[in-house]
Amino acid sequence: MKNKLASLIKWIKETKEFYNSDIYMREIHENPASVTREEHLENVEKVRNIVYSDKNKQEKTMEAVYRVFAVLFMIFFSVILVLTVSNLPATGADNNPANNEVAERYIEKGLEETGATNVVAGMILDYRAFDTLGESHVLFVAAIAVTVLLRLDKKERDPKDTKIRETISEAEEADRIFNTRHDTILQKVALLLVPVILMFGIYVVLNGHLSPGGGFSGGAIIGSAFILYLNAYGFGKASNVFTEKIYKRASVAALMFYAIAKCYAFFCGANHLDSHIPKGIPGHILSAGLILPLDIAVGVVVAWTMYAFVAMFRKGGF
Amino acid sequence: MRNIIENFPLFSIILCLLASSGSLLLKEKAAKIVNTALIILVGLMSAILMGYCYLNGSFVYVMGHVPAPWGNEVRGGVLEGGMALFFSIIMYLSMSGGRKKLLEEVEETKQNLYYILDNLLFCSLIALVYTNDLFTAYVFIEINTISACGLIMIRQNGRTIEAAVRYMIMSLLGSGLFLTGVIMLYDITGHLLMSNIKESVQTLISTGQYSEPLMVTVAFMIIGLSIKSALFPFHSWLPDAYGYSTISSAAILSSLVSKGYIFILIKIIYRVIGFEAVVQSKLLNVVFVFALCGIIFGSISAMRENDIRRMIAYSSVAQIGYIYLGISFGTKAGMIAAVFHILSHAATKSMLFISAIGLTDTSNTSRHFGDLTGSAYRNRIAGLGFATGSLSMVGIPLFSGFISKLLFMEASLQNQYKMLPALIVLGISTILNAIYFMKTVVRIYSPERDLYKGREGFHVIRFKEEKEYGITIILFIILNVVLGLCSGPILNMIQIGIESFS
Repeated sequence: MKNKLASLIKWIKETKEFYNSDIYMREIHENPASVTREEHLENVEKVRNIVYSDKNKQEKTMEAVYRVFAVLFMIFFSVILVLTVSNLPATGADNNPANNEVAERYIEKGLEETGATNVVAGMILDYRAFDTLGESHVLFVAAIAVTVLLRLDKKERDPKDTKIRETISEAEEADRIFNTRHDTILQKVALLLVPVILMFGIYVVLNGHLSPGGGFSGGAIIGSAFILYLNAYGFGKASNVFTEKIYKRASVAALMFYAIAKCYAFFCGANHLDSHIPKGIPGHILSAGLILPLDIAVGVVVAWTMYAFVAMFRKGGF
Repeated sequence: MRNIIENFPLFSIILCLLASSGSLLLKEKAAKIVNTALIILVGLMSAILMGYCYLNGSFVYVMGHVPAPWGNEVRGGVLEGGMALFFSIIMYLSMSGGRKKLLEEVEETKQNLYYILDNLLFCSLIALVYTNDLFTAYVFIEINTISACGLIMIRQNGRTIEAAVRYMIMSLLGSGLFLTGVIMLYDITGHLLMSNIKESVQTLISTGQYSEPLMVTVAFMIIGLSIKSALFPFHSWLPDAYGYSTISSAAILSSLVSKGYIFILIKIIYRVIGFEAVVQSKLLNVVFVFALCGIIFGSISAMRENDIRRMIAYSSVAQIGYIYLGISFGTKAGMIAAVFHILSHAATKSMLFISAIGLTDTSNTSRHFGDLTGSAYRNRIAGLGFATGSLSMVGIPLFSGFISKLLFMEASLQNQYKMLPALIVLGISTILNAIYFMKTVVRIYSPERDLYKGREGFHVIRFKEEKEYGITIILFIILNVVLGLCSGPILNMIQIGIESFS
């Protein structure tokens, strides 16, 4: 106790670093590639001179024409949009065309037909579930496209293969800048916050059919907890839990479950068969038929996709 | 209980989704088998569905337990089934024709991702064909756009990344306009389902309410979809996207992706706004002008190219112009011609792309005409495919291109104001097509075998060495001749399908 007090006094007097052993100073590298403003302008001018050389004089006039037309078109387009919007039905008026039997049935019979107290969840996961099925695959295809673009698959450089742009080890080396090795403050805060955020995310997912929330929003919250954990503890620790294998299996299982469950529900509905999916008592956690499991599936996909995006952008893999 | 065949649209879409997510866990070989099996299965189901609808008429299938304006719907009909069948055939041939190139150009570890993207693209095409709901159409347009972008950039070099960025920007602009159109249409009609919107639109037109927003909405949808299918002034993304991506992607993009958007546009014209309403709005006259410009400028750009794949890509601009020309006549004959040209162009263009790659492969992978001299002797089957495709494009009888040109000419005669410009442009374009395609055919069949003997990369590829590729080309030729010779029943199907639309 006395020791600590002494060191605190020393620290206040700035004779000693309190957290001396833990603090890690990052070396600041002068970025050799950085250019001054003058050099940058010079480079731009150089490029322009090459692009618009005498050979390509036409292009230069065309660029001017394009600019003029772009401005004219923008004005024309804005005027059209403003005129259109001013002719649309007034927002919130009760005789709007959108206030028709469709919305009426969603509100009045939504609870009875879907078992969800949250009408929105009933709408997107029951009445119009086909759109949402597509929407969750939009997320999947976006993740695949990012993987195509960013995932690095080669461990080491192969002199024969000139197509390799970057290897995994090089990417890890470059990623070290973002690595907060002993950032105690961030780590302690993350230690406190991550479980809370996770709990909140799970709550939002599980209560999707009862209160505002659902798979997409809850999944995003869970994903942000994963990302916070990654930022605080780095890939070394995070990769104990988040591996590519788990990511693949979890999202494939969720998406396949979603597709098969919805296929069954559509099939039964269209053929006027009883689907035997219990609706439960409205307001209870285990109610609303398929909505809860579908919310969980969507939540899993969204959370993992968010984490995968960050991992891909940082070092091209898990 | 419905007839089991009426469930086929649902099964096709769900199977595609399952195959695409499942392929994430599979290796390249297994993913390939799944992809092939999926395409064949969906093709079979579509064929059965087409036959069923031919006998029993079209039907509406509720997706879920709640009927029409509350839930989603898909619609099955002769034209839908036929289109899905045709898309499956072209998809199968494009994938098998480009298999070898795929192995060379795409990293080994990413090949299963290629099949995932392909399955999702296929899914979105099938869903676009069957959907009876505008918002569902938008959702699947999104999937279509992103997966097409992935298919372009999976072969990673500078040009494809640039092409993918261009494609993304233009395509998102198109999606944005389409979405704005859907939103405004919902605002003034209160529905998202095609048949319900049509009812509301009829009453809006008869009462004269919201006429300006309705007009703008229709314009936005037409412009949005024509950007995505590369109608003339919006085609700047096309040559790079088709010219540098791996060959299967180029064939799929040119023959399927743009056609899916055109098909949904036709569906919107008939089933959402109503054909008469669209004709009366005079918007088709604007499309007519763009289509004529597209036909001429596309051909001229193609003539100026020195790169065989970019030449074929630019020729697509002209062909898309033809399809929009058919739509813009505002007559049923024009629409039938447009739908037939969708089939004809899809069959021909994918064949041209696939055969062009065979020619460049024997010429040290150079795509310049100088190196391609005599390449048809080095790879006979590819040369045969290219020659057939060129003849079809120019419009020689026996091949599908002839029938579609004939239909366009006939359709133009029914429209007194558009007849003359359309006939003149069709004539000019036929000559231009002949110039640049025949020039290429003459070059690849120039007998200068000795010129390249001993040069590196110039070698003879025999049929035995690339069986899958050769069989694909032969199937393509057969498909083209079938479209050209048996056009009667096909046109009959298209007519029945379009009549059931309205």
